[in-house]
Amino acid sequence: MENLAALTQEALKLVADAQDLTALDAVRVNYLGKNGSITALMKTLGKLSAEERPAAGAEINKAKDAVQDALNARKELLEQAAINAKLASEVVDVTLPGRGQQTGGLHPVTLTLQRIEEIFAAVGYSVEVGPEIEDDYHNFEALNIPSHHPARAMHDTFYVDDTHVLRTHTSPVQVRTMENKQPPIRVICPGRVYRCDSDVTHSPMFHQVEGLVVDKNISFADLKGTMDQFLKAFFEADVPVRFRPSYFPFTEPSAEMDIQCTQCRGKGCRMCKNTGWLEVGGCGMVHPEVFKSSGVDPEAYTGFAFGMGVERLAMLRYGVNDLRLFFENDLRFLKQF
Amino acid sequence: MKISESWLREWVNPAIGTDKLVAQLTMAGLEVDAVECVAGDFTGVIVGEIVGCEQHPDADKLRVCQVAGLPDGLSQVVCGAANARVGIKIPFATIGAQLPGASQTEEKWQIKKAKLRGVESFGMLCGQTELKAGDDDTGLWELSADAPVGVNLREYLNLDDKLIEVDLTPNRSDCLSVKGIAREVGVLNRAPVKAPAIAPVAASIDDSFPVCLEAGAACSRYVGRVIRNIDITRPSPAWLQDKLVRSGLRSIDAVVDVTNYVLLELGQPMHAFDLSKLSSAIHVRLAQQGESVQLLDGQEIKLNADTMVIADQQKVLAVAGIMGGKESAVSEATRDIFLESAFFNPLAIAGRARSYGLHTDSSHRFERGVDYSLQLDAIERATALLLEIVGGEAGPVVHVTNEHLPQERQVSLRKARILSGLSLEMADGEVVDILARLGLSLLSQNAEGWVFAVPSYRFDISIEADLLEELARVYGYNRLPTRSLAAPLDIEAHPEAKMGLPALRNQLIARGYQEAITYSFIEPKLSALFDPEVSPVMLRNPISADMAAMRTSLMPGLVSVLRNNLNRQQNRVRLFESGLRFVPSADGLKQEAMLAGLIYGSRAPESWANVAEVVDFFDLKGDLESLLALTGDESAFTVKASSHTALHPGQTAEIYRDGEWQGVIGALHPSLQQQLDIPQSVYLFEVRLSSLLKARIPAFASLSKFPEVRRDLALLVDRDLAADKLLTAVKGQAGEHLIDLKVFDVYMGKGIDPHRKSVAMGLTFQHPSRTLNEDEINASIDSIVQYLGVNFSATLR
Repeated sequence: MENLAALTQEALKLVADAQDLTALDAVRVNYLGKNGSITALMKTLGKLSAEERPAAGAEINKAKDAVQDALNARKELLEQAAINAKLASEVVDVTLPGRGQQTGGLHPVTLTLQRIEEIFAAVGYSVEVGPEIEDDYHNFEALNIPSHHPARAMHDTFYVDDTHVLRTHTSPVQVRTMENKQPPIRVICPGRVYRCDSDVTHSPMFHQVEGLVVDKNISFADLKGTMDQFLKAFFEADVPVRFRPSYFPFTEPSAEMDIQCTQCRGKGCRMCKNTGWLEVGGCGMVHPEVFKSSGVDPEAYTGFAFGMGVERLAMLRYGVNDLRLFFENDLRFLKQF
Repeated sequence: MKISESWLREWVNPAIGTDKLVAQLTMAGLEVDAVECVAGDFTGVIVGEIVGCEQHPDADKLRVCQVAGLPDGLSQVVCGAANARVGIKIPFATIGAQLPGASQTEEKWQIKKAKLRGVESFGMLCGQTELKAGDDDTGLWELSADAPVGVNLREYLNLDDKLIEVDLTPNRSDCLSVKGIAREVGVLNRAPVKAPAIAPVAASIDDSFPVCLEAGAACSRYVGRVIRNIDITRPSPAWLQDKLVRSGLRSIDAVVDVTNYVLLELGQPMHAFDLSKLSSAIHVRLAQQGESVQLLDGQEIKLNADTMVIADQQKVLAVAGIMGGKESAVSEATRDIFLESAFFNPLAIAGRARSYGLHTDSSHRFERGVDYSLQLDAIERATALLLEIVGGEAGPVVHVTNEHLPQERQVSLRKARILSGLSLEMADGEVVDILARLGLSLLSQNAEGWVFAVPSYRFDISIEADLLEELARVYGYNRLPTRSLAAPLDIEAHPEAKMGLPALRNQLIARGYQEAITYSFIEPKLSALFDPEVSPVMLRNPISADMAAMRTSLMPGLVSVLRNNLNRQQNRVRLFESGLRFVPSADGLKQEAMLAGLIYGSRAPESWANVAEVVDFFDLKGDLESLLALTGDESAFTVKASSHTALHPGQTAEIYRDGEWQGVIGALHPSLQQQLDIPQSVYLFEVRLSSLLKARIPAFASLSKFPEVRRDLALLVDRDLAADKLLTAVKGQAGEHLIDLKVFDVYMGKGIDPHRKSVAMGLTFQHPSRTLNEDEINASIDSIVQYLGVNFSATLR
């Protein structure tokens, strides 16, 4: 009993000196274990008188508790240090780039078309497509453009044979849609079109998106409203839109649509040839002859159609300044979208 | 069409400036493409006359001129022009004059008193280019001998005039003349249109020439006239020449100038024949196939039988409505002429000029439609001008028509249609007023609407919708109501099994692919390298020989894009494209939507974190499988080793869905790769888009609560045994509780018979409603091993 204090001191010092969990556990075993020296003191209690025993027992328990507390505290400390050391060894440079594949991207024409399709799909238009090698009937005749019509000169047509062409516009899809579907019709027809013309501002292949609405009582006011709303939605701006009388054999009345120049805001600049306006497409009320060719009764139904150049819209929206870039497929260009 | 503003204003002169006028035309559907000034912006230039001209004492090339023009006497001007000489009248820029800068961006510059090699000079004598008033840069601009000395040059030559270039749509042939545009401007401004008085010119001789119409509806009116004893050496007056030049035509001789003038002024193409070259009568007839004629421009053409000609008894004199012939043309020797002013049906002219590679002012108008009531006026106008300029004596007008002369068209217009078509309530009075201003006369009316007569010059008005357009146009498109399209919110069928292309694109993008869009026409040689068995659809009129074949595959296009990018130092390329391929087949041309992909270069982008390895077949196959997986129906797809001309014989597979061919995947054939000068292997796939757009709608299967058991099998089999055969056999033998099977290792090489390979498979078993016992699994495995041993001589490793 007399060395309890010394043993306790000794144990506490060893606890404090323990540098790792193994050393610490050895201290516990040596002092508080089954055969530990403090535990051994408990066995000497039997030699004491019944009066002395409780006090001595309490003394020993107090010493045991003190050592145990010190052990616990030291253990916690050492564990924390071990965790800290592990954490310190696991530090990474979070600013390094991640592992794996780069993300690719859509072609700007697709991006633009997708945007147009989404805008129209949201209000119930469906998407129709058609062949690109088209017969003369659907590309011209059914659209009220008979063979010798001067309007054929407006289209520099690629010919495949006497009766087939590369479609010069997406308008034949209008006819094909009306041939197969009864009104009401609300469709847009995106796709590749071809004109035999190639220079800085003309590509022999480009994209159009055609729209067609046929129903009872469709008026020119609906056409104006639809185009005005679409263009504002597409450009995400309250951009002024104007309609100019024009001529397409398959619509009557016909119009060309202009938006206020996105560059100079109508003041006049090189981009808009000082007019303050940029042409974005053509439109009009479906010509009764086109209805007749497609099996729709022009007395019962009216409708409007519109067509827009997708590259043109993409150039305005994304600021692309050279049409030819679209089909060079330079990765440095494609990766910007 | 190019029109001089001042000429237009002679006809109609509304109180608006050029800008407003131009805007008005554009907004009425006569789009103005450009407005140019007749001359540069200059001031202080007057008509001068050189009255004295001496050699400069100290400079060979300079002359010292005495110039009349200023009120306070002669001015001394040093001039370097070779044509400076006494007696000519020239533009004289006086001290203080402002001349236009050399280019558009340069400022104007001022004429100051100067000393040239010691001789004082008070001004400058100008050429056309110095004033930006013409292209002649050979020397001083020699003005007409009757030019009034001292008068401001701008006023004298009307140089403040502007040239308005109108891009007319093909329907508005009525505006292909000053008269037509003036008519339109008059309508838009409610301004009076002053046409020049055209009075019949009385015949002073009896000479006539017979005309026979033999082309039916193609020519229903022919007006002609003989004029004798003209003096063709007399030039057309400056005012007439000016108008021609400002309209983009050259002055030739007085006769041609006058016919051109009438064409521009009234819109009637005319022709003048040398009367002495005509024999017996004019016959308007269709050409005989192969008949030939030498045109005014010298070229000889062989005519088709669909082409109308003007002929005499012996020969073709002119191609009707397109171009005159050389032989009967007016020349310096001509004394007597026969004038032609005819109406040719647009359908008889349309396309004909183009078929001979021609396009003339005349054919341009006739094929769009010339006013069929204009011919007499035109010939009277031309006669009067000719007599005034070249003298001579006119015979009586020869006027021949037939029963095909167009009848006045009538068009009815219902009030209800104005409202339903334009959403506009237009007052009856306004409707009639607008249409009347446009020349449509009201024939009758009732409660429902009106019937109008269409003027002979409006070929584009024949139905009610045309009248709606006229009303809308004059009322103003932008003033018309605008409304939101209203439609019932019907919920349409929405098939879940139909997948969209966007999902496939997004999958490829997530895997690092860039979308390309290549031309649908490719180089025939490249097409043949990829698809030698198929002869592609060829364009008859390609942009160039290397863009002549319609692609039968998307692969050549992607390979070309790869090559272009390799040339720009891009060495890791992942591309895809979707679009049609055009495959001629026994049952006709197939235009099939395809999806194609290409990978090249390193597997992962260069990075500290990525291993630098190049792609192989399985990188691409994995990407393709990820697309198949989107359908939710991968098991419907099978892959079979195959061959393809353009692909590596050992690394090519065909893709099938439910047993039907859908596409191909493989490495570009090494010899083709070498031929195309591509340094590393290229991997490509191309599949029918339709095969990827059919999805399987998920169907739930209940989950087992009992443990899975995994067993691995490593087998030695022959090298050329395809993995899918092995897997199919394993699945067949494993029993119904095999829920997963994968190949986790394939090894060939050291330690193994060179003809054999080791394939390690992981098999996972699970029972839906109880725990599988050891014996059951052992039985499965034994059965598999035994079966593979017998059928594939497989041995456990």
